Amino acid sequence: MQRYLSFACALVLACATLLAPGADAKETVKIVFIGPLTGGNAALGLGGRNSADLAVQLHNADAKAKYTFDLVKYDDQCKPDIGVQVATKAGADSSIIAGITHYCSAVAIATVDTYHKFGLPVIVWGAVLPAITYGNDYPEIHRVNGTMINQNEVNAKLVTGLGYKTWVIIHDTTDYGKGHDEYFTKYLTQDGGKVLADFGVGADQQDFTAILTKVKELNPDVVYFGGLTPIGVRLRSQMDKLGIKSQFEGTSGIVSDSYIQALGPLAEGTIAFIDGAPIEKLPGGKFFLEQYAAHKYAEPPEAYGAYAFVAANLVMDTIEKVGPNRKAVTAALAATKDYPSIVGPVTFDAHGQNIVPIVTAYVVQDGKWVVWQDSDYAKGKRKLAGGK
Amino acid sequence: MDAGVLAQYVFNGVMLGVIYAMVAVGFTLFFGVLDVIQFAHGDVVMAGAFVGLATYVALHVLGVAAPAVVVFAVACAAGLGMALVGAVIARWLILPLRAAPAFNTLLVTLMLGSILRELVRLFYPNGSNPQPFPRLLPSASVNLGHFTLRLDTTILIIAGLVMIVAVNLVVRRTRLGLAIRAVAQDSETARVMGIDFERVVLVTFAIGSALAGFAGVVYGLYYNEVNFDIGLLLGVIGFSAAVVGGLGSIYGAILGGFLFAALQTVGSVALPVSSAYNNVFAFAVVIVLMTWKPTGLIAERASERV
Repeated sequence: MQRYLSFACALVLACATLLAPGADAKETVKIVFIGPLTGGNAALGLGGRNSADLAVQLHNADAKAKYTFDLVKYDDQCKPDIGVQVATKAGADSSIIAGITHYCSAVAIATVDTYHKFGLPVIVWGAVLPAITYGNDYPEIHRVNGTMINQNEVNAKLVTGLGYKTWVIIHDTTDYGKGHDEYFTKYLTQDGGKVLADFGVGADQQDFTAILTKVKELNPDVVYFGGLTPIGVRLRSQMDKLGIKSQFEGTSGIVSDSYIQALGPLAEGTIAFIDGAPIEKLPGGKFFLEQYAAHKYAEPPEAYGAYAFVAANLVMDTIEKVGPNRKAVTAALAATKDYPSIVGPVTFDAHGQNIVPIVTAYVVQDGKWVVWQDSDYAKGKRKLAGGK
Repeated sequence: MDAGVLAQYVFNGVMLGVIYAMVAVGFTLFFGVLDVIQFAHGDVVMAGAFVGLATYVALHVLGVAAPAVVVFAVACAAGLGMALVGAVIARWLILPLRAAPAFNTLLVTLMLGSILRELVRLFYPNGSNPQPFPRLLPSASVNLGHFTLRLDTTILIIAGLVMIVAVNLVVRRTRLGLAIRAVAQDSETARVMGIDFERVVLVTFAIGSALAGFAGVVYGLYYNEVNFDIGLLLGVIGFSAAVVGGLGSIYGAILGGFLFAALQTVGSVALPVSSAYNNVFAFAVVIVLMTWKPTGLIAERASERV
């Protein structure tokens, strides 16, 4: 019955559109969102997808817009091979004009060649590996969020400033983990920290007790983890099982609500960093969060939702300006300067990288990621591991 | 290396070994009684973990909170549920294919494994993501230098060992075990002697799969996380352990399980390369062992099968 009703409604609407003088239908333009919608990092991918979807819905509701946008959503599963498959699918579909692509760095770096080959302009919304924009001269690749270089620099400064002296670094052996390892080691050594050992782990490894036993023997002040949420959860949980009392810190890869959900009270005191200002404090952040809540998405926007929202808006505004043509969009995106957005003005450098000056430190306090400066830990009301 | 650290390695290794041995015993039982390899066995472990998790969620909704009751119910549900699954697999997949080449059984069970995996992925709520498994055991711990002895892990090790020993006792000391061993030795003669062949096969598959179900719960309680695809690697490891130990021998399976865990630990600790390669190392050693002793470390003698 429902189906017939909606069919009837559609028919009436169609007739009305046909009969109404001057109300010509808008052209529909397809853009694609790609991120991890299943697997261990799905929470972040779904948050990004919802945020991009929100941007499209708000845009489509705007009567002044020239085009109606249709957001195609593909799942890269946070796996490079799957990522290349869906990137090829999007690239080969000539009706898709631009993309908002990838949270996982290992996937984003694997797909840049594909986008270049098909000439599909994309804006990366969450991956932080520097080489994605800086490792090539492809005009198609842009990124609205910052890179891991800045966040590790700020990270090293903050933790050495707290008085910690020794570190053990654990990182996954993808390009993402190796990148974090490289930059963190570089800045930490500059700031006077000492790296006792450096371990690479598999991106789907389950058991870390053997290397954690080694860590326990080394007894570092801090365990640094360069990798994503699923392994971060396993490491923190198995550290506890082995009675390791070191401070645990991570990268933007573990800043997600699912990290806290999976660990419960064990998450307390974990430090991590994100490039960009905290969303609640941005001029447009309140608007974004209100709209997100109003659209009643099942999942939270997570750490990079705001960037997916901005990337989608930038793509749509550029298409509005130059029309649905991949080449024109690529050229117009390169000229992006001081584009007003909810994460602050967006300006792309010669490599399509947004110049984000801010990095925000977070700490888990009472089951929430709290901005470091506002936390009880920074104010001295609570102590991190080792009494810092 | 200090004694505390060494003890910690051994303790972790033993925990892993117990899980692997529980899986390997199933492989060896099935091979012993029917000469088949049940390649979906690893996924039965995974299914056991998810049945346990679902039971926990159900009890939570019903308001049952006493940890002892919950643990008992979770373990029983997983064990009984998988026993049933095992018997069904034997009755409808393994037995009908008895006359066919062994290759067919291998393929069919391999397919069954994918089906089990995909069923959990599609139909368990949010099944493609890792699921947090509740911490149900007391987490008290004692620190002895660098060695942390956890009560929950100790309970899991003991429980696992007790179950393996219980299965061994059933096979060696009971009338049912006698029938299983008789079928393993010579199914034709056993039938002539009045042993109900089909019943013995079903019961053997039920026992082996129940052990796998328990292994799934032990795995969940140890790592506090389960995923729909854990069965794949567990199955391969359990199978390798059973083969290295000597397919058909329970002691061989136990030995193989502990050996594999030891190899993984050594692979992570002693090798200069990243611990991401510990499985590569362990499997490489397994290959070497198999070329050295093709029938396994505890070679099967026809009269002592199972």
